[in-house]
Amino acid sequence: MVTFILNGREVKAEEGTTILQVAEANNIYIPTLCNHKALEPAGLCRLCTVELFDGRRKRFVTSCNYPVWTGMEVNTDSEEVIRHRKMLIELLWARCPNNDYVKHLAEQFEVDTPRFKLDDDDCILCGLCVRVCERIGANAIDFSGRGTEMEVATPFETYSEACVACGACEFICPTGHIKLSEITDKEVQPILSEYDAGLTGRKPIYVPYAQAVPNIPAIDRSKCAHFLTGDCKICADFCPTGAIDHSQVDEEVELEVGAIVLATGFRPFDPTQYDDYGYAKHPNVVTSVEFERILSSSGPWHGHLVRPSDEKEPKKIAWLQCVGSRDINHCDNGYCSGVCCMYAVKEAMIAKEHAKDGLDTAIFYMDMRTFGKEFEQYYNRAQEDGVRFVRSRIHSVDPVPATDNLLLGYVNEAGEAVSEKFDMVVLSVGMEASPGVTELAKKVGADLNHYNFASTSSFNPVETSKPGVYACGLLQGPKDIPLSVMEASAAAGAAASRLAGSRYTLIKEKTFPEERDVSAEEPRIGVFVCHCGVNISSVVRIPEVVEYAKTLPNVTFVQDNLFSCSTDAQAQLVDIIKQQNLNRVVISACSPRTHEPLFQETLRNSSLNKYLFEQANIRDQCSWVHSGDRDAATEKAKDLVRMAVARAALLEPLPLPSVTVNPAALVIGGGVAGMTCARTLAQQGFKAHIVEKSDSLGGQASNLKKTWRGENIPKFLKSLVNDINRDKNIEVHLNGQVKETSGFLGNFKTTISLNGDESIREIEHGVTVLATGAHPTVPEEYLYGKNNRVFRWHELDEAWDTDLVKNATSAVFIQCVGSREPERPHCSKICCTFSVQKAVELKERNPQMDVYIVYRDIRTYGEREDLYKEARAKGVIFIRYDLDNKPVVAETDDGGLEVTVVDHVLQRPITLKPDFITLASAIETRGLEELAQMFKVPLSQDNFFMEVHMKLRPVDFANDGVFVCGLAHYPKPIDESIAQAQAAAARAATILAQKRIEVEGVVSTVDESLCRGCGECVEACPYGAPELVEISEGFQVSQIQEALCKGCGACAVACPTGAAAIRHFTDNEVLAMIEAALCE
Amino acid sequence: MTAEFEPKIIAFCCNWCAYAGADLAGVSRIQYPPNIRVIRIMCSSRISPDFILKAFQKGADGILVSG
Repeated sequence: MVTFILNGREVKAEEGTTILQVAEANNIYIPTLCNHKALEPAGLCRLCTVELFDGRRKRFVTSCNYPVWTGMEVNTDSEEVIRHRKMLIELLWARCPNNDYVKHLAEQFEVDTPRFKLDDDDCILCGLCVRVCERIGANAIDFSGRGTEMEVATPFETYSEACVACGACEFICPTGHIKLSEITDKEVQPILSEYDAGLTGRKPIYVPYAQAVPNIPAIDRSKCAHFLTGDCKICADFCPTGAIDHSQVDEEVELEVGAIVLATGFRPFDPTQYDDYGYAKHPNVVTSVEFERILSSSGPWHGHLVRPSDEKEPKKIAWLQCVGSRDINHCDNGYCSGVCCMYAVKEAMIAKEHAKDGLDTAIFYMDMRTFGKEFEQYYNRAQEDGVRFVRSRIHSVDPVPATDNLLLGYVNEAGEAVSEKFDMVVLSVGMEASPGVTELAKKVGADLNHYNFASTSSFNPVETSKPGVYACGLLQGPKDIPLSVMEASAAAGAAASRLAGSRYTLIKEKTFPEERDVSAEEPRIGVFVCHCGVNISSVVRIPEVVEYAKTLPNVTFVQDNLFSCSTDAQAQLVDIIKQQNLNRVVISACSPRTHEPLFQETLRNSSLNKYLFEQANIRDQCSWVHSGDRDAATEKAKDLVRMAVARAALLEPLPLPSVTVNPAALVIGGGVAGMTCARTLAQQGFKAHIVEKSDSLGGQASNLKKTWRGENIPKFLKSLVNDINRDKNIEVHLNGQVKETSGFLGNFKTTISLNGDESIREIEHGVTVLATGAHPTVPEEYLYGKNNRVFRWHELDEAWDTDLVKNATSAVFIQCVGSREPERPHCSKICCTFSVQKAVELKERNPQMDVYIVYRDIRTYGEREDLYKEARAKGVIFIRYDLDNKPVVAETDDGGLEVTVVDHVLQRPITLKPDFITLASAIETRGLEELAQMFKVPLSQDNFFMEVHMKLRPVDFANDGVFVCGLAHYPKPIDESIAQAQAAAARAATILAQKRIEVEGVVSTVDESLCRGCGECVEACPYGAPELVEISEGFQVSQIQEALCKGCGACAVACPTGAAAIRHFTDNEVLAMIEAALCE
Repeated sequence: MTAEFEPKIIAFCCNWCAYAGADLAGVSRIQYPPNIRVIRIMCSSRISPDFILKAFQKGADGILVSG
């Protein structure tokens, strides 16, 4: 340690530190121009000169490179020092009279106009550029010349070969003198941020995106200067924890596995090849992915809606659909990407919300394909909110001369040519197979189809051609998030079935030391204050908080940590808890929402109950939000620590309850979804009960003959039913009806009646799967039921071999019968594909036949688009109608059928005389309300079961242990039903595979001696956890079923006597925090 | 001269939404006045009138229940 006098005050410092470093540590400002943390001090600019008294005489030294020694006296702001600085600045100003940076310096140091001869330079010869170039390892520039001729230059003043074009010199130059373009003729490319779709740049060392897992920076080896030159490593100097290791190399790891899941995703289509859209030429033509980033609050303009060319708010935006989808002209993507219609509608709606002064949005489309759950309602809302939908495929985007605007030419529905100007054009790009997928598929031996998506069948939607290799998500075909997530679970379920025999074999069970009983001890609280690197400590004065914490009641130990969450800090925490005999721990750091589980585990590792922990959030809710006010932030941090300590003293250990799990599932519904789910579970060794309302298994699939790919459904169904009947793990209850159910996750009890009320059966099960299916509606229009040549869609299959259909010369399909109407707004999803497929089959049987499909939008999504293409090629005629002009079906005098519809091209009514008509009748559920109530699960607006999260948890309900699959969730084709059933089974298996389940200890409790059985808590609880139990005759009290309790505490508030309480958030704890918050 | 009045505000935030929102404000570096002290609870239905009265009694100038 060195002790010396700094500005009249005695200071201590480490040996070897410089005066400048010590001054900085003591909050004393010394100006410098040539000093930089990444570089060795050079003493070049002399601005950091200070006055040094060595005991005998006074002299002047540069503080940046003068090491401190005991006994010296330093003065950083004596009159002479200040005069000296002013002179330096005056000289620099004379050298660079027109440079803004130097002018600013002159202002800062109150220097008058220079007395010297003015030059016209803008380099202050600080040498930062030269030294950083040396540090980078390029050595491309240096000082050349002497005296007044000195300058920074490349050798021979030509373009440097050695330069790596990293740009560090230009970046570090304070005056803007250095221009990379004068140093090298290498093309300087910004590193574009992949996350921001290239709209912004990123550094060679970067966190890929805010939510990245793991959320730590990565080094881009192809761009990092160290990997180009072998030097630099500046980042390692800056990293406070020494986490950066440039010596790491790629490793080859060999894994032995029993199954492989391919989930490599897709790449967005690159629209550069659409020359006519000018994506590469016009900055205001952006892709939908770029537009997502523009709308995002973490995007380049923080969610402020501006266009790239001039960062002005656009007033008119156009979306062009099907860019790179449904197109075999510019590319080979004949399929529909299936998601772009919906995201374009969403982007238009959000853009309208973001635009402050109104925004005109127009979506140019071919068919609006909003076929998903509640999508059609969203589409309707967009129309009501003024999003314009124009049915037209735009052929080209032209610039409007002298502006950054764009001109679109199109023909409107009335057949008129229109040209319209827009401020911005968004290309709704499709999805295509990722580039590496061919190689990957070859490596694992899985086949790809003609679009390079993994080849799978409708009956095994996640199985590739290679046994044991599964595929899910976009790799398997274009699809949206819900289906991707379902398939992911399905692939996990299918893999788990294959590996059922080895379940539990590679498990390492985590054990904790025995818990210490602290009930008889006075509180001994340890407080740990985290710096979080500089995240907290750059704002909150940690030493002050530490000192303050020491004064708080019951606190026996206080320490600060650089990173409380680091592995070594955790290990140290365990030691300290033991050594100091702490029985409560408060960590003042980040948010408990992210780190409480980690710290609680550390407590368990140190023999303390995990509930003896409290966290004060001094980062997310303090340093980050008050970064401009260090005093207020430090005061608030102290308050938060005081509140946490007050509560900590009252914390009680809680039991860590667990319940046993009955490894059986109840599957309600014996259709394809229910059977697939039961079979997947049975394959994994779990018991499954199928309750089917009718007298046979099969559900709606019994009415179907072929999938859209042409696979034979009856054959598949027969083998599935056989599997079910043969499987010892599966019990089928036909003619069964669910009567009542009770219990909770892992332990349900359901009563079913069989054959009317002939017999009653009670089933105990750990999970429930609702697979109750849906039904085609019975239309009351288009002469259905009045003329026996008008079919519903599945009835055509039944009539397929009758003379009527076989000998027919003309057929009409009418789409959207009962769907997409005000009283039933949802799209039934499967009807377009069905009708188009049947039309193709009719044409195959009799090419001379006239086949008409009367439709509103053809929604042959995904690869089903191939069928639509084929139908058109075979001469099927598509006639569009809208709701205001629905087709009219009439019976002619001779008993024939007549369909009149206004043709959208001719704009006049035409009359068709088909031999038969097929109606694409809607699909709806019936009578789900009772089941929904019984299992406490919600229904959607369209009366389908409503999952807990449409995108991310598509088969789960909020009610733990209850799952959904099949048509009861939403109309869907058989492949999606099977995937969803496998997904439900996989999700259910995560519960059934556990022998015991730990349930949350933060639950309510009732003090029976205070309870008067009024039932207020039963009323208040949304989860049915409290129940009134008669403990002696005529005397009832409330008891909490802990497995049902979500720990909200509503019962505690409702209870008039104080009998009901919520553990871990007791009245006393909350009141103590309130008091502590306000006591100073 | 007396210092300008600075209100003391107690905020009861539901762990699942409002508290997460307060964290998000931090992650997004949104700056707001430092007068608020947040108390985390598991659900806004947990807030008993006692808490509100106690806070006012102890000198709170405002109470925010957010959930």
